[in-house]
Amino acid sequence: MTVAPAERPAAASVSRRVAIWLDRRPRVRLALLLAAPVGWLVVMYLGALGVLFLNSVWLRDEFTGLVSRTLSLDNFIEIATTPIYRTVLLRTVGMAAAVTLTCAVLAFPIAYFMARVASPRVRGLLVVAVLMPLWASYLVKAYSWRLILSEDGLLNWLLAPIGLRGPGQTEIGLWLVFTYLWLPYMILPLFAGLERIPSSVLEASSDLGARGGTTFRRVVFPLVIPALAAGSIFTFSLTLGDYVAPSLITTTQFIGNLIYLNFGAPNLPLAAALSVVPLLVMLGYLALARRLGAFEAL
Amino acid sequence: MAILTRDDPAPAPAPAPSGAAAVRLEHLVKRFSGEVGRRVARSTGASPDADTVTAVDGIDLEIRDGEFFSMLGPSGSGKTTTLRLIAGFELPTEGRVYLHGEDVTQRAPFERDVNTVFQDYALFPHMTVGENVAYGLTIRKVPRPERERRVGDALAMVRLNGYERRKPSQLSGGQRQRVALARALVNRPRVLLLDEPLGALDLKLREEMQLELKAIQRDVRITFIYVTHDQEEALTMSDRLAVFNRGRVEQVGSPAEMYERPATAFVAGFVGTSNLLRGDAAMALVGDAGLYTVRPEKIRMAEPNAAVADDEVGADGTIRNVVYLGPDTRYIVVLDAGTELVVTEQNLATSSMEALAAEGRRVRLIWKRHHNFRIGDQEGSRGGGA
Ligand SMILES: Nc1ncnc2c1ncn2[C@@H]1O[C@H](COP(=O)(O)OP(=O)(O)OP(=O)(O)O)[C@@H](O)[C@H]1O
Ligand SMILES: [Mg+2]
Repeated sequence: MTVAPAERPAAASVSRRVAIWLDRRPRVRLALLLAAPVGWLVVMYLGALGVLFLNSVWLRDEFTGLVSRTLSLDNFIEIATTPIYRTVLLRTVGMAAAVTLTCAVLAFPIAYFMARVASPRVRGLLVVAVLMPLWASYLVKAYSWRLILSEDGLLNWLLAPIGLRGPGQTEIGLWLVFTYLWLPYMILPLFAGLERIPSSVLEASSDLGARGGTTFRRVVFPLVIPALAAGSIFTFSLTLGDYVAPSLITTTQFIGNLIYLNFGAPNLPLAAALSVVPLLVMLGYLALARRLGAFEAL
Repeated sequence: MAILTRDDPAPAPAPAPSGAAAVRLEHLVKRFSGEVGRRVARSTGASPDADTVTAVDGIDLEIRDGEFFSMLGPSGSGKTTTLRLIAGFELPTEGRVYLHGEDVTQRAPFERDVNTVFQDYALFPHMTVGENVAYGLTIRKVPRPERERRVGDALAMVRLNGYERRKPSQLSGGQRQRVALARALVNRPRVLLLDEPLGALDLKLREEMQLELKAIQRDVRITFIYVTHDQEEALTMSDRLAVFNRGRVEQVGSPAEMYERPATAFVAGFVGTSNLLRGDAAMALVGDAGLYTVRPEKIRMAEPNAAVADDEVGADGTIRNVVYLGPDTRYIVVLDAGTELVVTEQNLATSSMEALAAEGRRVRLIWKRHHNFRIGDQEGSRGGGA
């Protein structure tokens, strides 16, 4: 390119010189590329988390009701020692675990069918069908379920002829609602994980003497553990942090409700501490997933 | 190197009584239909509304016990599909598959005593090399000590001992290929199917592995069915081979038969360079209007006025093109009789400069009369067949 055409020499040479200068400096290139997103991440995301964390180690003055900026772990001690907080915390984690398990069990056959059985056409339709609920407003879905589960709602009306009653607005009802809400977040990663397994690998297993069940246990399942972990991180954390569905469906309290109650006036530092607890639980969960080798194959 | 079968209590795959073919294919047909077939048909421009692809179109084959048998053919000629029909990954539309005299047409892959080395190796990515190789034995519940010994032997045979704990992702292409081979051989199948196992390797490694594969086959005396589209590979490695074309077998025979007496023009062209004389050119030179072939290395290139003996054919022409190949030079000569012949000559005393300077020169091509071979009457597909 030494004999460049003579048109627009000035403009071309400036941009070219910049391009050449940049080409020799990969670090500068990288910095320019990442400056905006990293800045956003640090300020808006980590900044907010930092404020949250700071708040959780401050205290509220009992008399004035003002936040005093003295560092202490009192909020956490209060959460750990107050029976009601402990119960709510365990209830929330238990709910998240139950929802995650149900989602995994329900999602697996669906994802398997989509990835390995359905024809390309049917697969496309199914992906749309799985995604469709995500296009509707979360609030609308939660409200609909409130109506479906209510005393004279659709579910009881449907079950009445065969002499059964729905779970009503109980924790079991909430478990159903959560499973419904988060199922797509489990199906999609599982689908992607299953689709990534080359069919020759499954054929090799069969070729070496394994029947369908053995191939599933020894080859398919181990290969989708990372996808399963990814999906469960969604379902687990979404359940852990939600407060709208619990307050719409049930009268029982979950962490989200407690945080909400303590937010405005009552006790901001305590609310912050309550918010940090699910974060810690999630960190523990991620560490566990990592220990199980869930991220190795990613 | 007879590590696998010697000193082993379990019976080695004894060469079956002569007569029983290791694999017999009886009028095998495979058509793909429906959505996939439609898409393939459209993309290959077959016909816009065709919704079936005939991948295998009536194949009859007998593969003898213990032989190295190759399936050679251009891309899309149905080799892989035939192999998959033998392994049981596909069910035939028509026809039957026999393994050692037994009809296995309807059996699942895990019920057939064959193992496959896949083109993409298909190693289990979450298992170590050792676990990969042990897989078949674990499934068959072979006791641990014997399993470990056999895995060790199989890895030694492909010269990969010490790699047991590695993951497939930590191996080179050639090493993965060898793990795939060990994983199949360790089960001592009576028939081993290999689908272009060396396709992804560079030339040097491929040649090395060819020798190694051949040595292993001679050692374990398992029937190898080897798919390739590389004619040189097929000629050097096989005891016998079949040439595939558009889902059919054009010819079956030993490499020498194939090369020296091709049954069809297609085989002549695919196995070696096709030097075809047909119609008027054949009439003028050979004295008969049939279809003839002469191998390039049988032709001598001489001065335009050189004498031609009684048992020889002489043909005048002009050198159109010279391709310098290192040890040999390939000349493409346009004959006055109206056709083109390829001639290869060893570069005994010729330098590349001299060879390339020959372009445009008048020459006389001379070959022994018995070196032009008459090909079956049809030109297209299927002449004499097996
Ligand atoms: N699953 C399938 N569905 C539809 N058509 C298929 C399928 N598998 C193979 N075919 C078609 O059948 C024909 C033969 O394919 P095959 O894979 O047997 O060829 P091949 O001889 O192995 O070629 P290559 O040397 O390129 O591997 C091709 O036209 C291919 O497009
Ligand atoms: Mg193929």
